[in-house]
Order: sequence, then structure tokens, then C-alpha cells
Amino acid sequence: MREGRALMSAAAGALRAALPKIVLSPSLLLLAVFVYGFILVTGYLSFTASKILPVPDLVGIDNYVKLFQTRAWTIALHNLAVFGTLYIGIGIALGLGLAILLDQRIRAEGWLRPIYLYPMALSFIVTGTFWKWFFDPGIGLERALRLLGWNDFSFGWIKDPERAIYTLIIGAVWHTSGFVMALFLAGLRGLDASVLRAARIDGASGVRLYWYIVLPQLKPVFAAAFVILLHMAIKSYDLVIALTAGGPGRATELPATFMYSYTFTRNQMAMGASAAVIMLMTVAAVIVPYLYGAYRERPRG
Amino acid sequence: MHAALLLAAAWYLLPLIVLLLNSLKPLDEIQAGSVLALPREWTLAAWRAAWSSAQIGVEPTGLSPYFVNSLAMTLPAVAFSTALGAVNGYVLSHWRFRGDGIVFALILFSCFIPFQIVLIPAARVLGLLGLAGTMAGLVLVHVVYGIGFTTLFFRNYYVTFPRELIHAARIDGAGFGTILTRILLPNSLPIIAVSVIWQFTNVWNDFLFGASFSDVDSQPMTVALNNLVNSSTGAKEYNVHFAGAILAGLPTLIVYVLAGRHFVRGLLAGAVKG
Repeated sequence: MREGRALMSAAAGALRAALPKIVLSPSLLLLAVFVYGFILVTGYLSFTASKILPVPDLVGIDNYVKLFQTRAWTIALHNLAVFGTLYIGIGIALGLGLAILLDQRIRAEGWLRPIYLYPMALSFIVTGTFWKWFFDPGIGLERALRLLGWNDFSFGWIKDPERAIYTLIIGAVWHTSGFVMALFLAGLRGLDASVLRAARIDGASGVRLYWYIVLPQLKPVFAAAFVILLHMAIKSYDLVIALTAGGPGRATELPATFMYSYTFTRNQMAMGASAAVIMLMTVAAVIVPYLYGAYRERPRG
Repeated sequence: MHAALLLAAAWYLLPLIVLLLNSLKPLDEIQAGSVLALPREWTLAAWRAAWSSAQIGVEPTGLSPYFVNSLAMTLPAVAFSTALGAVNGYVLSHWRFRGDGIVFALILFSCFIPFQIVLIPAARVLGLLGLAGTMAGLVLVHVVYGIGFTTLFFRNYYVTFPRELIHAARIDGAGFGTILTRILLPNSLPIIAVSVIWQFTNVWNDFLFGASFSDVDSQPMTVALNNLVNSSTGAKEYNVHFAGAILAGLPTLIVYVLAGRHFVRGLLAGAVKG
């Protein structure tokens, strides 16, 4: 009797101790399979000769060699370099600029801020749908300005293989720069007011105040904005599909569109898997050090 | 200074205003006139067509069935991922166990993977589970790939709760469930709002999973809008496309207008808070 009760209470105690792990386990199982298991599977497939269906036979690093000999892939990488550099650069410059202006005790801040930020609530498909048509010379901006009397106005970037990538950048910056503004504004509001006051007393003002005192203190915000925008640039897929579908030609092909078309329409599964692995590695190379730095020194709960 | 701020506001507002104005014009007015002009004849015909009669794929159903699909996919996905995030965040913030640091790091990293890395096996596994092309399959992937962020939100929020409070409750005999339901959840409204809004926006706006894992009966709004805009049959009905684009953006815009402050907090929490 007594032993039975002791056993019961020991079991209850063990259950209590295990409860947190039991509660956590469904999520961990899902992540173990759907994230880390799938990463391993895709990694494995990238070393096989899979075409339309997965096959287990290993072919070493052939797919990676082939990938970097494929023009569509090197073009996609080149496009990503252009797109990513300008998207991040303009996004940060615009976001920071707007945040600094908004931080000058602007009375209208309350309604300007949500206007800057709402594009982030919209999908890239909606964003792309608008800009695609707005940039269409036959129906959009070019014609509107010609009808207003500016007869030789010409704006055909979206049909120009040299310039189509810039339409992608405009759409992406429109979508995300308000968010970067919010990041910087939060950073500016979090600065130590006494440091700023001391700097002002020392005679720092205007551009000098921002350049020497404020911006150096915003380093963590710059890092966050850079990492987020880079990560979004590498993942960019929807916007390309809605705005240019990768064209004209391959002018706006990015790694994400390459991966999708090689895997699902060209039946080159192993090549698609290799492209996905490269994308993951690139993101990881940036995200892992960033997260490590962001979380390392914080007190754990 | 003010001029620059107003100019920026105009640039951000331009697409919404131009879409709206042109969705209220008859098609011939768009074809013949300027996109920057006000409608001469105001009409809701394009909205009606976008909702209930536009040709999407093979059927002239309008976007309404896909709007319903998106709702049916988004609401359960948001509910499940937020609920799981809440209990996960609680465990990770107030219970120690061996390897908890690694578990947290793995959950954190899962937020940032490019989904291309899981597409091939996910398509296969959904097929094996009999969920290929179904709503349940879409809900499943959105829950799985949302857990990381929701867990992060709740974990970072619960970490700031005073440890003494939890400790005192434990000494008083409160167990795992009691602490969660009596102490943490009643104080979690702000972070629940953040999680719900974040997930709602992400799931509603998703295109990649929708395009990869749905079939005609389960296509979400984003995929349907893209099909509508790119359908090659007949003259392009721009006014219908614009009405459709606004319809596709409307739910997240409404959420943003009603709860924009939480939206911003969610973005910031997902981005910089550690």
C-alpha cells in the first residue's frame, strides 16, 4: 500500500519534471523533421543525380561544379549582387534619413509614420502587381506624363535588360524602407539623452552631432537592418514573379527563381537542391554570427 | 525638411491611391486616359468582377473562393502557431533542462532559413501524408515554419517576467500548468497580439508555399491574384486587376490600421530584440 503510494508520487514527480519537455516535444519534433531533417535531405539530394525524381546514387560535387558553369546561375548571382547592394544601401539610407527627419519633433509624426510603414503589411505579389503596371510604358507612368504634355518622356526600364533590375529594387525599397525607418527611429529614441545633451553643450550640432555622436551609437541598428535586408534579398522570389517573372531574358533572375524553375519546371532536382544549399549557406554565414552576438551576452531566463 | 517628409509620404501612398482610383474607372478610361487622372465615370463594376466573375485559371469565379481559401488557411495556422509559441516560450524562459540552450539556438535559426532549402522534401512528405494540394497541408507548413518566430516572441516576453513571482508560485505548490494559465497567460495580451498579427501577415501574404503546395481547390489569394494578372486570354482588364490587388491586400491592411502599433512592435521584436 505504502510502497504503491510512494511509487505513484515518484511517478507524479517524474511526470512533473518531464512536463516541460513533453510540452516542448511536438514542436521540436516538427522542427527536427521539417527544418533540420529537410535540410539534410536537400543537402543529400544535391550530391545525387536526381532529375525529375529523387535518386539515391551519389555523384560527388558534380552538381555544384555544373551549377557554377551554368550561365543562368552565374547571372542570378550577379543580379543578386546588384539587387542586394542597392536594396540594402538605398533601404538603409532612406530609412535612416526619414528616421532622423521624423526625430526632429515633427508634429505630424503620428500620421506620417504609419504611412511610411504600411507597405510592409502588403504582400510582394500586391507590390509587384502595382509596380509592374506602373512601369509598363504603354499604360503606366510614361504614358501618363506624355498625356500631360511631356512628349519625349521615356521610361522603359522594365523592358530593358540593362535596367529591369532597377525596377525590382524600386519595388523592394518601397516595400521595406518604412520598416528600416521604424528600426532606426526606435534606435534614435533609445539613445542616452544625457550623452546627446553633453555633446550639444560641447558645441556639437547638426551634421557633426549625428556623424560623430549619434550614428556610432546606432551600430547595432545598422547591423540589424543589414542582416534583415540581406536575408530578404537572398530569399526574394515573390516580387520577381509578380514584377518581371525573371525577365526580360534573364535580366532579373535571382537564385530563388533559379532554384524553383530548375527543380520544378526543368526537372533538374539535384541542381535545384545545390542552389538551395548555396542560398542556405549564404544566409547562415550572415545570420549565425549576428544571432550569436545578439544573444550571447544576454542574461538567460 | 517638411517637404522631404511629405514627398516621402506621397511616394509611399502613390501605389495605394493609384490602384484605388483606377479600380473605380471603366476599362476604356484606363486604356485611353492617364493613370494619374481621376475617374470621369465612377463605377464599382471592376470590383464586382474581381470578386465574383473574373477568369482565374479556367473558371470565371472571381477571387472570392480564393479569399475564402486564404482565410481558411490563415486563421487555423495563426491560432495553432501562436498557441504552440506560447507554451514553448514559457518552457524556454522559465524551465531549465539539459541542452536548452542548443534547443533555443536551433529554434532561433529555423526562423531565418530560405524556404527553398525545404521545398523539395516538403512536397514529397506532404504527398506521402496525403496532404498534397490540401488546405490541411498548407496549414501544417505554415504552423511548422511559424513556430520559430512565435516561440521567440513569447520566450523574449516571458524572460522579462520577475523570476521571484514564478518562484513564489512554485513554492506555494503551483505546477507547470497553473503558472502558465494563472500567471503568464493573463498578462500576455500584448505579445499574443504581436504574434497573431505577425503570423496573420506572413501567412496571408505567403506566395511560395501557396504556389508550391496548393492545387486549384486550395489556392490562396496571392496565387490567384498572380494568375489573374498574368492570364493571357483576352484584353488585360487592368481595373479588375487593381480591384483584385486591393482585395488581396485588404485583410492585412485592416489589421495594420486597427493594430498598427502591435505590428510595429512585432517587426521590431522579430528583428532586433534578443
